[in-house]
Amino acid sequence: MASSEEDGTVEEKENNNKKRTKSTLATAWLTFYNIAMTAGWLVLAMAMTRFYIQKGTHKGLYRSIARTLKFFQTFALVEVGHCAIGIVRTSVIVTGVQVCSRIFMVWFITNSIRQIQSEESVILFLVVWTVTEITRYSYYTFKLLNHLPYFIKWARYNLFIVLYPVGVVGELLTIYAALPFVRRSGMYSMRLPNKYNVSFDYYYCLIIVMLSYIPLFPQLYFHMLRQRRRMLHGEVIVEKDD
Amino acid sequence: LSSPAVVFFEVEILDAKTKDKLCFLDKICFLFVSDPQWYPARQSIRLDPKGKSLKDEDVLQHLPVGTTATFYFRDLGAQISWVTVFLTEYTGPLVIYLLFYFRVPFIYPPKYDFTTSKHWVVHLACMCHSFHYVKRLLETLFVHRFSHGTMPLRNIFKNCTYYWGFAAWMAYYINHPLYTPPIYGEQQIRIALIIFLFCQIGNFSIHIALRNLRPPGSKTRKIPYPTKNPFTWIFLLVSCPNYTYELGSWLGFTLMTQCLPVAFFTLVGFIQMTVWAKGKHRSYLKEFRDYPPLRSPILPFIL
Repeated sequence: MASSEEDGTVEEKENNNKKRTKSTLATAWLTFYNIAMTAGWLVLAMAMTRFYIQKGTHKGLYRSIARTLKFFQTFALVEVGHCAIGIVRTSVIVTGVQVCSRIFMVWFITNSIRQIQSEESVILFLVVWTVTEITRYSYYTFKLLNHLPYFIKWARYNLFIVLYPVGVVGELLTIYAALPFVRRSGMYSMRLPNKYNVSFDYYYCLIIVMLSYIPLFPQLYFHMLRQRRRMLHGEVIVEKDD
Repeated sequence: LSSPAVVFFEVEILDAKTKDKLCFLDKICFLFVSDPQWYPARQSIRLDPKGKSLKDEDVLQHLPVGTTATFYFRDLGAQISWVTVFLTEYTGPLVIYLLFYFRVPFIYPPKYDFTTSKHWVVHLACMCHSFHYVKRLLETLFVHRFSHGTMPLRNIFKNCTYYWGFAAWMAYYINHPLYTPPIYGEQQIRIALIIFLFCQIGNFSIHIALRNLRPPGSKTRKIPYPTKNPFTWIFLLVSCPNYTYELGSWLGFTLMTQCLPVAFFTLVGFIQMTVWAKGKHRSYLKEFRDYPPLRSPILPFIL
């Protein structure tokens, strides 16, 4: 920071100080946030494991962790804010789409359609999400603390290869299982005639959501694969220099 | 008296991405690229690979280059003329709305095929919607003077999906057998119609005023000012009053039909037009030192 000393004017020094405090504040907040989220998903993992060991069945497991899941998954919305104000260098849209799809699953599928809460597919995606999030948040935490153990980096850029498609299967099976209950109850739907002159059928909306996985999933998957190749490619260059 | 000195230039053209030399021209007067696949509309020639494209009117002698110049070529992709895009994207809603209005088979339950609505506001809405798009088509053919000849081909698919999709969505509900007319009845419809017509005339007045700013064939840019037509006096407060009037027309139509999809279409259009208006306002400010300070991009004093 020697050059800023030479710059001289009081205003410039003040601006530089402001920038430094802002980025220290940002780093402190992000570190706290990522530690908290890692802890939250670890708690979820332990609660799920404990339930299964004690009860020997997955029936009722969702209900037992529902509140914790809703809290931590919904809190992830702040990550969109991080991208928007620029303290995290990721696209707002990509983060937005990812967080929204999780919120959609939790609030508009499993939370509102009680009959599917004991489906195996729910446990499938819950396990995937838990492992993925623990890896992801601990990766960010260690990165912010400038001490990234290799196995966390390895996990982050390799586990997704299996976890991502398995998670998608769990989500799709859950939505599919929910369809008959949505149809029968007519939930979230609006029929004509009404004074807004609009109609909405949640059943067909869910079918469109399921179909949208077809173009979206490959794009996100190949994006992750490209990221992985970039990280591995970077490693190779460092080794050569050594 | 000596004859004017002739300046010769040596020019090389490189591909903007790969930096391969595409051609080298020595003693040239104008640029060309030999393969007919790269027709002029899809060529972008620029002084810097990441910079802005040079215009057709730019003269080599007046560019900031020495006697050797390096230009970069970028392929803009398949191009389509603005007129073609506008005609296609506006004819769609006109036709599609009428299909729903006449209740063509396979849209509503068969017993309603080719029937007409019992609500007179539905007939009025059809007339307004159709008038709006006929006006747009005629303006495209006879009024507008386009500064760019072409746009990328993929835009026609994007734009047509937007216009045609929304037209179908709105028309489905307005012309539905179970349509509910506006709560406040005749009063609401009358006010809505007045707003709609006022804004249609306003929008047309602005288009004429903008056309008259620019003599035929020229691409010069001038600041628009209010004329004798009272509908143009809004130029005192707004940079892009054509968008302001367009928003007004659709608000009128929303009020007239009391249909949520129409409100949604109005909102999306407003967001897009605000983005365009802000851009245009910014470029006016950049280009003209004496640009009137009282003007806002699209909504007087607000936006």
